[in-house]
Amino acid sequence: MSVSEKIVADFVANGIEFVTTVPCKQLGGVIDAVEKEPKIYHIPSNKEDEGMGLCAGAFMGGKRPAIIMQNTAIGVTVNTLVTLTQFYRMPLPMLISYRGELKEPVACQVEMAVHTKALLNQLNIPTYHFHKPGDEQELDAILKYTFMCNKPVAILTDATFWGGY
Amino acid sequence: MIRSEIIRDIAPILRDQLVVCNIGLPSQELHLIDDQASTFYMLGTMGLSSSIGLGVALAQDQTVISIDGDGSVLTNFGTLPTIANNVADNFILLIIDNGSYGSTGDQPTYAGKKTSLTAVARACGCENVIECQAEETSSVLQGAINSKKMTVIVAKCESGNIKVPVITKDPVVIRDRFMTEVIRRNA
Ligand SMILES: Cc1ncc(C[n+]2csc(CCOP(=O)(O)OP(=O)(O)O)c2C)c(N)n1
Ligand SMILES: [Mg+2]
Repeated sequence: MSVSEKIVADFVANGIEFVTTVPCKQLGGVIDAVEKEPKIYHIPSNKEDEGMGLCAGAFMGGKRPAIIMQNTAIGVTVNTLVTLTQFYRMPLPMLISYRGELKEPVACQVEMAVHTKALLNQLNIPTYHFHKPGDEQELDAILKYTFMCNKPVAILTDATFWGGY
Repeated sequence: MIRSEIIRDIAPILRDQLVVCNIGLPSQELHLIDDQASTFYMLGTMGLSSSIGLGVALAQDQTVISIDGDGSVLTNFGTLPTIANNVADNFILLIIDNGSYGSTGDQPTYAGKKTSLTAVARACGCENVIECQAEETSSVLQGAINSKKMTVIVAKCESGNIKVPVITKDPVVIRDRFMTEVIRRNA
């Protein structure tokens, strides 16, 4: 089982049936695995705040959601995270590619990387960072925690993590 | 007719459906006119009424009506291709197009100028798009519910607002009673 398949298997094991995505090169494998999983309705969104709206609706309709996006999307979702997801107290696992970290080839990505953890911290969003292969073993516990506390929770996955596979 | 008159007209139809209502005056007006547990009032997050409504529609079987505004659709245009490509026949998007940002004092939007939201929705691939005049909204809405086809309605009306109080209900209460109603109506 590839790491992407393992991540999606954890989603399914935690009852996640509705996943929205905006691609990142680092997330290509996991997005493919979501698309292939028959137990998940995969709904690509055009902007991540739109995706969080879809997830809020799916949750209220009775389905556990998740969003897969790049860390640059933190910049376009702050208002939605605080006035929708947090204000109405809804769970939202956010599997995030942490671009702009070690091994990053594109300088511009670093500009959001330096703000990523600070913004998540400012928003009081519980944040986990997968840096080394094997760190994904915590995913199952993170998902359980997310649906226990009804909060958005960030899972940052960097190039060292993905490159290790 | 202005938005509050449309909402007054359609309130008896809305009672029997799940409703996601747009931020600002639309929510405040519906809350004042006919507060229902089956309405999810948006207290913030301009633009996402259609996205939230589509999410609810895709997750369960009851009909969902998103009440949206022209300004809010303009700020989240990305929603229209998503709606077009993820057909939920229990979903109706009702855009009350008053040609202005009504809730902030009726500043004009581009929808009241050269831009046709009806044409945009069609160009995005939405299959059942109906533009109607304010007076026709309730009959068009009832027709869309009966058709059991995903429908986008663009109801053209005049700008203008009535005085309404803000909603002071706790957001978690709004969300919880909405979810309870979703479960009850799907049982
Ligand atoms: C990001 C953001 N920008 C601006 C606002 C202020 N705002 C609240 S409601 C609204 C107008 C919405 O207009 P429309 O969707 O046409 O609805 P109407 O009030 O006309 O029914 C605006 C600009 C906001 N809430 N959020
Ligand atoms: Mg308007």
